[in-house]
This record gives sequence, C-alpha cells and structure tokens, in this order.
Amino acid sequence: MNTEGLLTLPEGVITVSYIAATILFILALGGLSNQETSRRGNWYGITGMAVALIATILGVVTANYAILLIALLIGGSIGLVLARRVQMTQMPELVAILHSLVGLAAVAVGFANFMDPKAHFEGVELTIHDIETYLGILIGAVTFSGSVIAFGKLSGRISGKPMLLPARHWLNLALLIGAIWFGREFVLQSAMGGGLNPLIIMTAIALLFGIHMVMAIGGADMPVVVSMLNSYSGWAASATGFMLNNDLLIVTGALVGSSGAILSYIMCRAMNRKFLNVIAGGFGTGGGTVAASGDIEGEIIAIDAHDTATLLANASEVIIVPGYGMAVAQAQHIVYELTSALRNKGVNVRFGIHPVAGRMPGHMNVLLAEAKVPYDIVFEMDEVNEDFPNVDVSIVIGANDIVNPSAQEVPDSPIAGMPVLEVWKGKTTIVLKRSMATGYAGVQNPLFFKENTRMLFGDAKDSLDAVFKAL
Amino acid sequence: MRIGVPREIHPGEKRVATTPDVATELIKMGFDVAIESGAGATASFSDEAYAAAGCEIVASSEALWEQSDLIFKVRAPETTEAALLKKHQTLICFIWPAQNPGLLKQLTASGATVMAMDSVPRISRAQSMDALSSMANIAGYRAVIEAAQHFGRFFTGQITAAGKVPPAKVLVIGAGVAGLAAIGAAKSMGAIVRSFDTRPEVKEQVESMDAEFLMLDFEDEDGSGEGGYAKVMSEEFIKAEMALFAEQAKDVDIIITTALIPGKPAPRLITADMVSSMRDGSVIVDLAAEQGGNCELTEADKVEVRDGVSIIGYTDLPSRLAAQSSQLYGTNLRYLLAELSPEKNGEIDVDMDDEVIRGVTVCKDGETTWPPPAPKLSAAPPKATPEPAPVVVEKKSSMAGPVIAAVVGALALFGLGAVAPASFMAHFTVFVLACFVGYMVIWNVTPALHTPLMSVTNAISSIIVIGALLQISSADSLIMWIAAATVGITAINIAGGFAVTRRMLEMFRK
Repeated sequence: MNTEGLLTLPEGVITVSYIAATILFILALGGLSNQETSRRGNWYGITGMAVALIATILGVVTANYAILLIALLIGGSIGLVLARRVQMTQMPELVAILHSLVGLAAVAVGFANFMDPKAHFEGVELTIHDIETYLGILIGAVTFSGSVIAFGKLSGRISGKPMLLPARHWLNLALLIGAIWFGREFVLQSAMGGGLNPLIIMTAIALLFGIHMVMAIGGADMPVVVSMLNSYSGWAASATGFMLNNDLLIVTGALVGSSGAILSYIMCRAMNRKFLNVIAGGFGTGGGTVAASGDIEGEIIAIDAHDTATLLANASEVIIVPGYGMAVAQAQHIVYELTSALRNKGVNVRFGIHPVAGRMPGHMNVLLAEAKVPYDIVFEMDEVNEDFPNVDVSIVIGANDIVNPSAQEVPDSPIAGMPVLEVWKGKTTIVLKRSMATGYAGVQNPLFFKENTRMLFGDAKDSLDAVFKAL
Repeated sequence: MRIGVPREIHPGEKRVATTPDVATELIKMGFDVAIESGAGATASFSDEAYAAAGCEIVASSEALWEQSDLIFKVRAPETTEAALLKKHQTLICFIWPAQNPGLLKQLTASGATVMAMDSVPRISRAQSMDALSSMANIAGYRAVIEAAQHFGRFFTGQITAAGKVPPAKVLVIGAGVAGLAAIGAAKSMGAIVRSFDTRPEVKEQVESMDAEFLMLDFEDEDGSGEGGYAKVMSEEFIKAEMALFAEQAKDVDIIITTALIPGKPAPRLITADMVSSMRDGSVIVDLAAEQGGNCELTEADKVEVRDGVSIIGYTDLPSRLAAQSSQLYGTNLRYLLAELSPEKNGEIDVDMDDEVIRGVTVCKDGETTWPPPAPKLSAAPPKATPEPAPVVVEKKSSMAGPVIAAVVGALALFGLGAVAPASFMAHFTVFVLACFVGYMVIWNVTPALHTPLMSVTNAISSIIVIGALLQISSADSLIMWIAAATVGITAINIAGGFAVTRRMLEMFRK
C-alpha cells in the first residue's frame, strides 16, 4: 500500500476516507429503521461506496486505469439494467444472484492475493495470513455456489423440493473434515512456498458444500437461506479484509454479516425453528409426516366472487393476509385497487404480514409497496393478531402454513409452535386458493374446514378481478 | 313447479314466507311464484312489488292452495289450512312436530310431503337454512328495542350541560343466538352489558361482543348439551346461579332472559323477590314466555307491571319486525329450495339420503318421518381432551448449552490472543466492535424494510472491490486480469444493489 497512486494521496487521507465510508455505511443501515429515513440511508450507502472507491483508485491504484474503468463501466451498466428490469416478484432471485457475485469476488481476490508475489510474511504472521486467505476463499466459495443454487430454486429453474441425499449429515461432516485437513496441508505447504493444489481442492469442496447445503433446504425455508447467504457474503468480505489488513473491509463485512445473521434469526423465530434445523435441511422429514396426512374431516364451503364482494362491502373491518400465492399470481395491483375501493366506502382495510410470508424477508411489503399500498395500513403479525376477533372479513391470498391453526392446536404437527396469523378468530375468513393442496410444510390446514371459512377457488388475480368488478 | 305463498291467517302474525327480493331469486331458479293478494301487506310488501318481481297475484286462498305444487308458509298450518293440503303437494313451514302431534298426524294423513323449518339439522352446511337462528337473531334485537321503549332513560351514558346521565346496565341471561343478538344491540346503543350462560364455551363469544361474562366457580360442570343447546344443571349449580341473579337484579336496569332447554319448560330464573328488588322503571324482557317464561311473573303476550318493573312477555318478537324476519326467513327457504333443486331447473327432488333434507322432512307419502336419526356432526366441537402436561425436561439442558459455548468461545479467544501478533489483534478488535455495531443497528430496522435492507447490505458488501483494486496494478498479468474481472462483477453488484434498493424505497409511501 506504499506504492504511489495517481495523486499520491498520503496514507492518512486514505485512512480518513475509509473511516468516512465506514460511518456512512453504518448510517445507511441505521437509515433503514423506518420508511421516512430509508431513502436518505440509501444515499449514505452510495456516498460511502463512492468515497471508498475514489480514495482507493486515486491513492492505491498505480497502473491499468483503462482496464479498471472499462470493468467498472461494464459491470455498472449491467447492474443498472438488471435493477431496472427486475420485477418486484423476482426480487428474491435477484438478491440471491447478487450474493453469489460477492462470493465469487471473495474467491477471486483470495486467489489473486495468494498468487501475488509482493506479499511477504514470516512465521506466525504467515500462518495467520494463510488461514485468513483460506477462510476468505472457503466462505466465498460456499456463498457463491449456495447463492447460485438458491437463485435456481427461487427462479424455478431447480425444483423447490428439498433434495435429501442418504446420509447427508455424514456427507457434510466428511466435507468439513476434508476442508480442515486441506487447510492444514495448505498452511504447511505454503510455508515452503507452495500450497496452490490444496487451495484449489478446498475450493472445490466448499463449492460442493454450498450446493449440497442449499439443495437440501425446502422452498418454505428460502427466507432463511437468502438471509443466511446475505450473512455469508458479509463474512466473506470480512475475512478478505483480514487477509488484506484492511479495516474498511473488516467493518463493512462484519456489518453485513451480522445483519444477515439477525435476519436469519428473525426468520427462524417466525417459524419457531432452530437455525441449525433449517440448515440441516428438510422440513418435517424426521417422522413429522405422521400428523401431516389429511385426516381432517369436514365440509368445505365454497363462495363465489359476487358473494365475496357483498361480504366485503358490508364489513367494517377487513384484514388481508397475503402469501407467496399473491406474488405468483402477480395479484398485488388488483389487491390495491380492491383495498382503495373498500376504503373509499369506509371499510377499514388493513394488511397482516407474517414474517416468513413470501420467499425472502420483507418480500410482501415490497410487493405491496410496489402496488402503492400505503405502508401505514400494512402491519406485522404481532400488531394485528389481537385484532382478529373484531375483524369481519379476513382475506387470505395464497397463504397456507402461516394461517394454519394446527400450529397452535395440534401439538404433534410439524409446524406446532410456529406463530401464525389467527385469522380463524375473525367472523368470516375468505381463502383464495388454486386447489386444496397443502402448503410447503405439507400439512393439511384445518382453517379450510372451519365453519366461518369460505373458499374462493381459482387464480388469485382472476378471482380478485371478479370480486372487484362485482363490487 | 309452482310455489304458492298464502297469507298467514294466525291472529297477529305479520310475517310472510317470501319477499319480492327472494321471489326474484326463486324465479331465477326456474320456479313460478304465486302469492295470495295482501300476503305481504303487514310486512310492508305490496302486491305491486310482488307483481313487479314477476309473481302472480292470486285473490283467493283456496285457489292458491289448489294450484300450487309447493306451499311456503311461516306458521304451522291451522286445521283449516291443513285440510287444503293434497297428496302431491309439498309444504314448507314451521311445524314444531313435538308440540303439535295432532297436526303432524293430520299432515301425514294427507299424503303430502311436509318439511319443518324448525327441524333443520344443526350442521355447518345447513346454517344458511337455519330459520330458528334467523328468528332468534331478530328476537334478540327486538327484545332490546322493546326494553328501550319501556325503559324511561337513555341506554348510553352522557355528560350534558344539564347533568350527567349514567349508562343503563343490561343483563342478558343465555348467550345463544338471541342472547348474542341482544348483547350486540344493547351494546351498540351504549349500555353496559353483562351476560350469563351455563355453557362456559360461549364466554369467548360474549367477550368478543365486548360484554362482560359472569362466571360461576363451578369447575366441573359444563352446561353444553347435544347440538350446541343447554342442558339441565345440578341443584348446587342452580342455587349458585340464583344467588348471582339475585345480586345482579339489584344492580341492573334491564334483564333479558333467553334461557331455553330443548323439550323442557323454560327454567325459572327470576323470582318475584328478585323483581321487587329491582329499581322502579326497570324492564325485564322474557324471550322464553311461550315456554312458560324464565321469570316467575311473566305472562305470555302481555306487558305486566309489578313493583314498578315492566315484564314483557311477547311471544311474537320476530313478527314485530316483520319486514326483516320475512326477508331472512324467505332467504332460508330459498337456500333449502336450492338444496332440493340442485339442477336449478324448477323441479324438486326430495332426496332422503341427504342429511339436511332427511332432517327437515317430517312426513312423506303418508308416513311420519319425524324424528330423524341423530345427526352425524354436532355444531359444537367435541369436548377437547385435557392437554397432556407439557414436558419440562428440555428446559434444564438448554441452560448448559450457552454456558459451554461461552466458555469454549472465551478459551478460544484467549488462545488466539496468546499466539496472534498485535496487528491481527487490532483488526480483530475492530471486527468484534463492528459486529456489535451491526447488531445494534439492525435490530432497529423495521420488518417492512427487510428486503431493501438485504439489497443495500448486499451492495455494501461489494466493498470487497477494494481488494481487487489493490491487486489490479499488479505486474503479473494473470493477477491483473483476475482483479479486473473481480472489479467488473462487484461493479454489477454495487450499481445493481444500490439502484434496486432505491427503486424499492421509492415505492414505500404513505
């Protein structure tokens, strides 16, 4: 870092720029604490990134400016086009594929750093540096392959069902031991000037591990996976920072890493599941299918769009509970039209959002925001759950497990103990559904058989269109 | 087929078995509807309105009975009416076969099919045909209106320039359909409402109406009988119950009683002593007057004033709200007809294998088919078996986990500190502090913004580009190209991440 850059910035100036960037990043995350300050927060982030880039380019880079600028321009344009084109329902895929890029970058930087002849370390420092390099590549590789698989699953290119290999836990353990053993080999060989082979083998192992880990996780757990990969991409950046002795990378990586970890924790808590169980994969596979069979007997009462409209028009309190089905049917816009029509009639329409509704944290909020639903009528589960006894009509749009009373009523259900939206306590519940299929957890939903539940079968968007017309 | 709706001839009966609105629906289902001239007059439905809906107006009752295939009525037929019923006809109305065995015999002898709206089974599917619930709902509402008329004060509390008005206190005994309707009506008029019922499971329903549920300390006794109705209680329970009523009578202004046990005379709940302990001007509405009354002093179809307390014993409350009850009853009939005519072709098929149709049919082809076999499902869920005691063993071991983890973590850190060079420890300090800052900041993020949070952290994590920038000036061309590629892919991330975050945040608006 002592080499002279374009403007020969003193090292102190670069450090100060990095401190400024760090503070701006923290402010960026802090800005997201509510909707009013969030846009400012994003600008803090952009400014921080710009400060860091400019300081580095001016102060550290000494040659190859043309290539650098071309790379930045090409990458930047691709990014902007992606950001503009992506549909809000595809956000989870986009975020997943972007995570993979961070992982890939960590691997590339790690390898380049290892091959860079300029770095010289001795003794313990060399060992620590090697371990840092190794960890950076390891986490980067897992992030990369895991995110690619997550992208495939979210975009439907790969089946959302968990792929459970026999003895998969042993396989994971073998991969882990392999990674550790090659890590030892790498450190030993590196001390003698070699070590590229163990590094490459380890990278392959890490890639396999990332693939295997995400393949084993079911579609309903995707919010956890996406936030976990978010966390990994942060840790990868942090490990790279250790390798390069760069505090900016360490701090930023740690911020991102803990952010993702907290999100994963929130998601797991919302499903009442242990993080390790999610990562170990397979929902309800350990004998949980006993209670999963459809042994619920009862009558299903169907309703048509016209009667739904009448019910809604006569209600005074309505809560809409959206789920992944709303995203699939792209029904958020008609939901908003319906909402504003009802609100104009004086019906108090609100939204109840379960933390794991959709395929990534906050997915439903983004979709509703896209459809211009004002955010002050969109509530979290805990905020609306107590109100259900006063609700005249709840509309469940393409959600299943998050409104399943079994979670509270059936102690041996695979989803027992998971917090759910208690729609059945309202006067009437209308469930929009394509068929009587079970949700991702594979559990039959007694809600559909309750006396005050009406089923409106069909594609959510078509059904709501019809309801809107009838209104 | 032709549906005939005669005028109700029972003295004082104002309801009619169909309204112009319902008739329109019936005609849509392929039936012809004929109505006796003036049948809807007492319920405020004119002949013209029926004619406009497409009904034929028939002047004479006899002609109407003669020409119709289906007869819709409200009240059970009088003897003269029953005599008009012929073999191929179907009559649908309230029958009360248990109370009117003579009528049932006469109807059976006619050979016609007769369906009793009071015998609709209490199952989910048949709720839309449950005329008893419809009528009970109206009776409960009307009870409050009658009480209000005889009560000399406001229901709601007010603070006016002319002084403070306390809210009326209303006690509703029996929280069935009628009781709940009464609670709702009294509550919406602003009164303080309390309710008592022998069935503990209705507590939640009462509280959902924002009324207070009065509990007796009787753990073991559950008053829920078959089909969601109440049953006879033990002697001690009744004693405790009476003490509660005696105490409440001194406090409340209005008592509405709806306590009925199927097939039994109404339980005596309000004694003459309790009535005299009530304040002057208080009102009792006894919805059980027809079955003898819940109050000792109730006289059916009359308003008695004793000790300054008005005791209302009307038995025709639904009929006093004739337009509303005709509409709901007519709709109940329409749903039953829809069940009988699944093809909507204007023909009916009395399918005795269908649980609902079997339940309502009291006689057919000269045979009495009442009472029906017991229904398969009851309205109330079966009593839940007591939950198994929760397993507590798990709790104990869970404390050890974090402690062990903390100890191991601390030892590992000390070990690291012992061997690692100072420069590493400096970075490590920064790292740990950054983790804590992140932890503090992220918890403040509102869940609605989790997706933007993720995309912005993703953009920020491409700070890894710094690593590539450090390497891009390398003389080694392989390293240089790797670094250039890395700059390219992180640039995608930076631009894409921030741009998509901005796009999302733009959408969040009030």
